[in-house]
Amino acid sequence: MYLKHALRAATALTFVATAAAHAQSITIATVNNGDMIRMQGYTDKFTEATGIDVEWVTLEENVLRQRVTTDITTKGGQFDIMTIGMYETPIWGANGWLVPLEGMSAEYDVDDILPAMCNGLSHEGTLFAAPFYGESSMVMYRTDLMEKAGLEMPDAPTWQFIREAAAAMTDRDNDINGICLRGKAGWGEGGAFITVTGNSFGARWFDEDWKPQFDQPEWNEALTFFVDMMAESGPAGYATNGFNENLSLFQQGKCGMWIDATVAASFVTNPDDSTVADKVGFALAPNSDGVDKRSNWLWAWALAIPAGTQQEDAAKQFIEWATSKDYIELVAENEGWANVPPGARTSLYENPEYQKVPFAKMTLDSILSADPNNPTVKPVPYVGIQFAAIPEFAGIATQVSQEFSAVYAGQQSVEEALEKAQAFTAEEMEAAGY
Amino acid sequence: MARAVTTRCKSLNTALAWAIRLLIFFPILWTILISFKTEAQAIASPPLFLNFNWTLENYAIVQERSDYMRFLWNSVIIAGGSTILGVIIAVPAAWAMAFVPSKRTKDILLWMLSTKMLPAVGVLYPIYLLFIRLGLLDTRGGLVVVLMLINLPIIVWMLYTYFREIPGEILEAARMDGATLKEEILYVLTPMAIPGIASTVLLNFILAWNEAFWTLNLTAVDAAPLTAFIASYSSPEGLFFAKLSAASTMAIAPILILGWFSQKQLVRGLTFGAVK
Amino acid sequence: MATQHSRSVARLMMAPAVVLLLGWMLVPLTMTLYFSFKKYLPLRGGDLGWVGFDNYVRFVSSSSFWPAVQATLVIVGGVLVITVVLGILLAMLLDQPMWGQGVVRILVIAPFFVMPTVSALVWKNMFMDPVNGLLAHLWRFFGAEPISWLSEASMTSIIMIVSWQWLPFATLILLTAIQSLDSEQLEAAEMDGAPVLKRFYHIVLPHLSRAITIVILIQTIFLLSIFAEIFVTTGGAFGTRTLTYLIFQRVLESQNVGLGSAGGVYAIILANIVAIFLMRIVGKNLDA
Repeated sequence: MYLKHALRAATALTFVATAAAHAQSITIATVNNGDMIRMQGYTDKFTEATGIDVEWVTLEENVLRQRVTTDITTKGGQFDIMTIGMYETPIWGANGWLVPLEGMSAEYDVDDILPAMCNGLSHEGTLFAAPFYGESSMVMYRTDLMEKAGLEMPDAPTWQFIREAAAAMTDRDNDINGICLRGKAGWGEGGAFITVTGNSFGARWFDEDWKPQFDQPEWNEALTFFVDMMAESGPAGYATNGFNENLSLFQQGKCGMWIDATVAASFVTNPDDSTVADKVGFALAPNSDGVDKRSNWLWAWALAIPAGTQQEDAAKQFIEWATSKDYIELVAENEGWANVPPGARTSLYENPEYQKVPFAKMTLDSILSADPNNPTVKPVPYVGIQFAAIPEFAGIATQVSQEFSAVYAGQQSVEEALEKAQAFTAEEMEAAGY
Repeated sequence: MARAVTTRCKSLNTALAWAIRLLIFFPILWTILISFKTEAQAIASPPLFLNFNWTLENYAIVQERSDYMRFLWNSVIIAGGSTILGVIIAVPAAWAMAFVPSKRTKDILLWMLSTKMLPAVGVLYPIYLLFIRLGLLDTRGGLVVVLMLINLPIIVWMLYTYFREIPGEILEAARMDGATLKEEILYVLTPMAIPGIASTVLLNFILAWNEAFWTLNLTAVDAAPLTAFIASYSSPEGLFFAKLSAASTMAIAPILILGWFSQKQLVRGLTFGAVK
Repeated sequence: MATQHSRSVARLMMAPAVVLLLGWMLVPLTMTLYFSFKKYLPLRGGDLGWVGFDNYVRFVSSSSFWPAVQATLVIVGGVLVITVVLGILLAMLLDQPMWGQGVVRILVIAPFFVMPTVSALVWKNMFMDPVNGLLAHLWRFFGAEPISWLSEASMTSIIMIVSWQWLPFATLILLTAIQSLDSEQLEAAEMDGAPVLKRFYHIVLPHLSRAITIVILIQTIFLLSIFAEIFVTTGGAFGTRTLTYLIFQRVLESQNVGLGSAGGVYAIILANIVAIFLMRIVGKNLDA
């Protein structure tokens, strides 16, 4: 009996001791993207400096969304920090589910965050999530293949030029596709891409009265153009290609052009992973001839604190650390400037070291030209470029993009898909009470 | 003469069976092979079979990123705990059904199986809310209970079919000798039922180990098993075939090894009393 | 010999299992029913009041409903046919004398040990990927254009993946049943000069009927709710949206818990129709 007591006391003591050493521990849910995984590698430095332990829950994007949305809507309180995007932040912020990021320290310098990012991650002027990295989209192309085709990429190309260049670069015998684009179903995958393509042809999701617009000629034109171009010069089976699939195709030298997230620039120019690292050029995302809107989107992966967490202060401390200028310096020191999380801070783009990175300027130009309040030519009732920041959008857009993917796979016609998209969206919007 | 034909027949059967076996096993074998390649070799064209530089790099990366042992331990506890708890609850029920059958026994059995048909996604919100209320989120205890309930019908049914194979005369003989119910169960029934219970335990351990909806949605850190481990490798940026293969191999290896050593019991366990 | 006493003891022994399962069935079911009559949108403030049968009507009248029911039945049916037919053939082959029977057997069971998520990931990336997948290499080797499996042959691909997982299960149950077949009976038939097919049809198949029923019953229970395989591979695109997946989309992607719950109730009804249908057959066969 005595022994038991002694044991228990000893256990209690060790517990107290460890508790004193690491007063706190926070749990962070995050996505399995390269920059986040790199951040996990550096968390020891954070723990050293603050004594706060960090537990990571790293999940694939779709699983992460499902997991954090369930938790936040039911107030499950499983996470102290959640990694979310520009779509979720304003909606959740409006519901009062996130802790406002106010009163950050002076050295954190909130005003240094790019205004486009700040706007997208705020609700009514209150910042609810701090951008870890931000992105727009742009054209990445193979300079060698472009030259071989006898063409020159302008800084601001049109879709018509892209299509012509893609056809010229395509070399089926050598397994080179003129252009690789996302066709994979899912609102954040092919859905995002076709939405911005639509924008650059003057199409929009909803009119000012929230009526779906898939029955309008702009959508037909955009989708037909996309499908025809991909049939001419795209890779086989592009209907299931998303960001990752295209990235690995491009890295293997199987694409002439790839229009996608600006963050991809550091992957395709990294000689460790890419066989074409020294032959990549960049240009702004295209627009259709005569339409005054380019097809570049705006997105950020950001860190937010769910309301009701017991660890608000520790969580804030972590966010300040992870999205600070110092963290960028830390990564730059260890992995080089090309690998720092891009697109979040103005100071990064003013840094002469970073300006030497080949894709820095084009990334900034793309981000600066994106306007979530006016995503397309005609006015829209929603905020967001490749999405509409309303709760129903994710569900609707996923199903709509599934119909489009079926077109890419040759299973139905453009007209059929648009008709179904129109009917389905109208149905859902009515159910949601618009 | 007849003997020669048999041998030839046997060789033919052997060859055919091995070919099919390889075909069925191949996806697993291929995954294990890729896990020892570099990312570039993993997508090489034409594919490399054995002629590549074997590397443990992927395993090192995976281990560095996530603490494999913790996930493994959670999987063992959750799968093991739910199976043991399930068997403890199911043995008396199956015993009663097998030896004191009533008109409704079969109905109860089939009703139990039908509870498995409730689609899990449909009740995610209710269960999640319930778990919050009870403070069971991200606890191994909570998952043990859920997985036990999910597998209980199968456990009861399997045990029932085994118990039914035990001849009733033996029990009656024991009863004649004045054995009490407790003695009857302890000394007569249990030894005869051990093989059946063992295979039930094995099969349900595998089912619980592979359950990927609740184990993923009701955990975060403390109780996360290998199904959550896999979710962080499924489609990251860049080339990932080799790392995914390494993570997959790590997730299925324990259960493959267990299955290898216990295949006799397991094969018996999969009969469901189908042999009659 | 069942006395009154032993009956009540038996009832007592069954009680924990029955009560627990009753709870496991009733609690979620009641909550699902409750939500299904509500307009419950977590992202719009949660509970927005009672709406009667609105969710039920909306779920069924949605253009996705019947295709989803059809997809569910095609997947369940397809997998059942493949696993039972191949299972019987494989079981008969494995029953023949051969060398290394034990090793062959364990390697044939192996797919059953693999988590559904892992097997879906492995098939999708390492095999069915139209550029780097092994099947694409194989096709190219024979000079054919690689198929993009998950879009062009989405249903076939999913049925293939799921069948791969469940074939071992079917094979083993059928194998055990075949092994118990009276070989004298077969030999006698052979002596009589009955052709192989006839022997199979009149002796082997009837003997296996019970085992086949069990394979169908157990597999149907698991197949009606397959989710990971679709989530990982097609995400419900290309006509692979099953009823379970449709509910998932309603609850988690559209964040409409009321509508999803109504879908859940329909899924339970469908499962029970299938169950009653199955139990008719099984109940008869189990008594035999």
